[in-house]
Amino acid sequence: MINKIVASPAEALAGVADGSTVLISGFGGSGMPWQLIDALIEQGARDLTIVNNNAGNGETGLAALLKAGRVRKIICSFPRQADSWVFDGLYRAGKVELELVPQGNLAERIRAAGAGIGGFFTPTGYGTALAEGKETRIINGRGHVFETPIHADLALIKALRGDRWGNLTYRKAARNFGPVMASAARCTVAQVDEVVELGALDPETVVTPGIFVTRVLAVGSTVMRGPQKPATPAAAPAGKPD
Amino acid sequence: MTRLTRDQIAARVARDIPEGAYVNLGIGLPTLVANHLPADREVFLHSENGILGMGPAPAAGEEDWDLINAGKQPVTLRTGGAFFHHADSFAMMRGGHLDICVLGAFQVSAGGDLANWHTGGDAIPAVGGAMDLAAGAKRVFVMMEHQTKSGESKFVERCTYPLTGIGCVSTVYTDVAVIDVTASGLVAREWIDSLTFEQLCAITGAPLARI
Repeated sequence: MINKIVASPAEALAGVADGSTVLISGFGGSGMPWQLIDALIEQGARDLTIVNNNAGNGETGLAALLKAGRVRKIICSFPRQADSWVFDGLYRAGKVELELVPQGNLAERIRAAGAGIGGFFTPTGYGTALAEGKETRIINGRGHVFETPIHADLALIKALRGDRWGNLTYRKAARNFGPVMASAARCTVAQVDEVVELGALDPETVVTPGIFVTRVLAVGSTVMRGPQKPATPAAAPAGKPD
Repeated sequence: MTRLTRDQIAARVARDIPEGAYVNLGIGLPTLVANHLPADREVFLHSENGILGMGPAPAAGEEDWDLINAGKQPVTLRTGGAFFHHADSFAMMRGGHLDICVLGAFQVSAGGDLANWHTGGDAIPAVGGAMDLAAGAKRVFVMMEHQTKSGESKFVERCTYPLTGIGCVSTVYTDVAVIDVTASGLVAREWIDSLTFEQLCAITGAPLARI
């Protein structure tokens, strides 16, 4: 019997090698797989390249991973925020490398990796500093820039519900990067608020089919009532969002 | 000279957004435009993190942090709204499906080049979806103060800050004027009563014509 459900955060993150490229879902705190990031910190892999839209907020989640000194490089579109002091300090100290990518290129480069596409031409960024050194081509009279896929060793994503085949649904705008990231990594781990029986998810509403998912970890409700800190399972029992 | 307030600029932008338009409002100043769209005008607000049909901020205590805008502030979903993933969201932005985007700016050039993501030097850069919107929306509205705090024009012959997009700006709404970028250069469509056209030209750092 196929069963992608894992019993513990340690099992979810087993085998992550130093030097891995890791896709982490989320837009700010929305869709951030907090529990999986905590488990990655616990697991101990270092020298990581992290791909996320941002570069961490406050002291939790991605910011905590940065603070723990595990990140060599971050690929993102919008690192600078009011509460990104952990990244800001590391960047200014030269302790983390930044590859700044227009957000649409970030999403499409990840999508390209998942779809087996070797790269694509886009007008985004043409003639700007973010296209420097890249191949360009005029297509239908318009300047385009060649962008390459972002393949990853690991994707950590947050979904709402999952079943033992790895089918996933999401909650509101917390979906963001989850579906494209799930397709672009050799191993995709999804944390879900709730694991449901096979067949309980309406096939019409499955957003990420299980073929893209390697492991599923149930963490209890993560419905957030604050911008940084999710309610922990202890504070908000599964199925009863506070 | 009585300049328009930020809310008055937002209201002026809102007047040029027609019923049925698919619109993305950038973070910062452009976010205010949403407050000035009349309730009886159906405009589809898009948010890059996967929302169409974005509604106003929720009442205090009703915030849902899985439902936020590009500035990561809590918002609501209008009846009929939809969620989708990031690649679809940016297909809307990059594929020419948005009628209008409204962006802030550090500088706009005579030819409609936009600089709004980086002030250079040792500032930490952040671009977000600005380059995608500049390249992909059918019309790019810019909303900005006409001059910097030290009195320099934000209209320039050539941008000195790093570019967001080339020749992408359609119209600029400032605290003193509405200026279109045309094939023949900048054209002032309207300006505040307390300025003559000559005075407007004097504070605009690129050649300006009038309708």
